[in-house]
Amino acid sequence: MTESILKIEQVSLAFGGVKALSDVSFEVAKGSVFSIIGPNGAGKTSMLNCISGRYQPNSGKIIFQGDEITDLAPNDRADLGMGRTFQNLALFGHLSVLDNIMVGRHHLLKNNWITGPLYWASSAQNEELQHRRKVEEVIDFLEISHIRKSIAGTLSYGLRKRVELARAMALNPKLILLDEPMAGMNLEEKEDMARYVLDLNEEFDITVVMIEHDMGVVMDISHEVMVLDFGKKLICGLPDEVMADPDVKRAYLGIEDEEIQEAS
Amino acid sequence: MSSLALRPCGDFRTSYKQDNTIFETKTIRRMAIIAILVLCTAPLFLDGYLLTLCIQISYLGIAALGLNILVGYTGQISLGHGAFFGFGAFASAWLNTSFQIPVFLSIPLAGFMTMAVGMMFGLPAARIKGLYLAIATLASQFIIEDFFARADWFSGGSYGAAAEPLSMFGFVFDTDQSFYYVALFALVTMFIWACNLLRSRDGRAFVAIRDHYLSAEIMGIKLNKYRLLSFGISSFYAGIGGALYAHYLGYVSAEGFTIFLSIQFLAMIIIGGLGSVKGTLMGVIFMVFLPEVLESAVSVLKDTDWGNVPMVVDGLAYIKEMAIGLVIIGFLIFEPEGLAHRWAQIKNYWKFYPFSY
Repeated sequence: MTESILKIEQVSLAFGGVKALSDVSFEVAKGSVFSIIGPNGAGKTSMLNCISGRYQPNSGKIIFQGDEITDLAPNDRADLGMGRTFQNLALFGHLSVLDNIMVGRHHLLKNNWITGPLYWASSAQNEELQHRRKVEEVIDFLEISHIRKSIAGTLSYGLRKRVELARAMALNPKLILLDEPMAGMNLEEKEDMARYVLDLNEEFDITVVMIEHDMGVVMDISHEVMVLDFGKKLICGLPDEVMADPDVKRAYLGIEDEEIQEAS
Repeated sequence: MSSLALRPCGDFRTSYKQDNTIFETKTIRRMAIIAILVLCTAPLFLDGYLLTLCIQISYLGIAALGLNILVGYTGQISLGHGAFFGFGAFASAWLNTSFQIPVFLSIPLAGFMTMAVGMMFGLPAARIKGLYLAIATLASQFIIEDFFARADWFSGGSYGAAAEPLSMFGFVFDTDQSFYYVALFALVTMFIWACNLLRSRDGRAFVAIRDHYLSAEIMGIKLNKYRLLSFGISSFYAGIGGALYAHYLGYVSAEGFTIFLSIQFLAMIIIGGLGSVKGTLMGVIFMVFLPEVLESAVSVLKDTDWGNVPMVVDGLAYIKEMAIGLVIIGFLIFEPEGLAHRWAQIKNYWKFYPFSY
């Protein structure tokens, strides 16, 4: 097994009486595409929120690149190299696409509220231009150059998802968390998005943790798949193994018990 | 992509630098520079009264811009801006008279003092939002007002405080004509400062927090720090505006800095356009000139037959006040996005004339 970039140890999360996650453990290998699947309410997004710091798990540990980050604030995780996109669009609606992506560079920029406004006299202008170049690379990669000046809130759904991905990529992350990157897209957009996910994984060497419902995509592009059901980990393994597992079929893929028995 | 920047034909940008300018096109920048140069000659042909209004626009504009950074760009609300404006006025006068700090230094120092006070009151602001924040800042308004009334050493109590006119290198800016230049310089500087802030890292962080604070946090923006910072910058602007006001009038008394002034600042930025630097200036100009225009309209009314009706004559002052309220309500209904938006509409209309589609 290759080196792991993210290690989840016995993470539990409860909202009052509702146990969103109970004792979930898994490891994500460096450079892999790791998918989390499961029925609605299984705790997939809760898991992602624990990793990105939105929720603090009640117990358990989250280890990123060898350091424990369980109690770290979400904004500090960006510095460590963790980016994410959201299930429901979370762009800055009134900013242009370009500015949205520039916000992704925030933790890499150095100027503050005094040197920034001095613009010409300080390094602010140079810094802006340098990072603009980096941002343009991301824009080129995701093929959104035609909309770079548009206001993010006016874009179509598929494009907004792509801009979100661009913003997360601008962070220069080592690990990127994608919450349903292909939800609500048509076939063509899904194909594009799957291609981007693969490319960013291979070309930019970014490890991907992804939640996705489209089984075709999940099986095609992931190296490893984990299934969650009612906050518990059912199985974690290669896509084919997971597909063949009877528990997974029952919990998620929607095959009746009799059919499983018939098949076996 | 209706929102693509509508640039004239032939305006091609070949470097990122050209794409990052404050003004959209070179023509707009030239026009802005010409406008400032024309304004520099204004004391030659404007009478003292109009100059007073211009100076008023300057110090109110600086303070309103601060409020717009807080409300329009960061999405936090403040009902205590009038009190911060007053604090800046007293602080500058106090620094000058008690410590003999020259006025040109005491004005920025007063800005920083106000910033410190604003951040103190902004501490809860970093944690609460919306209506709750409105009430918390309302408390700051009343606490500071009370401080003015009680702290005789600072504000001179009910007598008020005297503020010496600004002097530099032996030249005293004590006339409308000379102070006009100080006001213009301060206005231009503070507006450029804000424009640059908003196109660099921290300004973008403010807008990110306003639009979606959850994802802003994921992007590495520390929410509490930036909300507090926005409060500080907004108070800094209020302090500078207040200090200019103090040294222009030469006398500060606490009566002017009530909740009414805070509401007026809010009205200015709402009419001008939340989240727009040039809208702020438009809103301030509108709010300063509106009473004047109505005043002259009322005096015209006096000369007509209506001037003989006792009810009208007695009520003229009230008619003026009511008309101001009416105009503001009309604005909120018909142009809720402010004068800046209206301006953009007019520009677009002419750009495509006569094919408006």
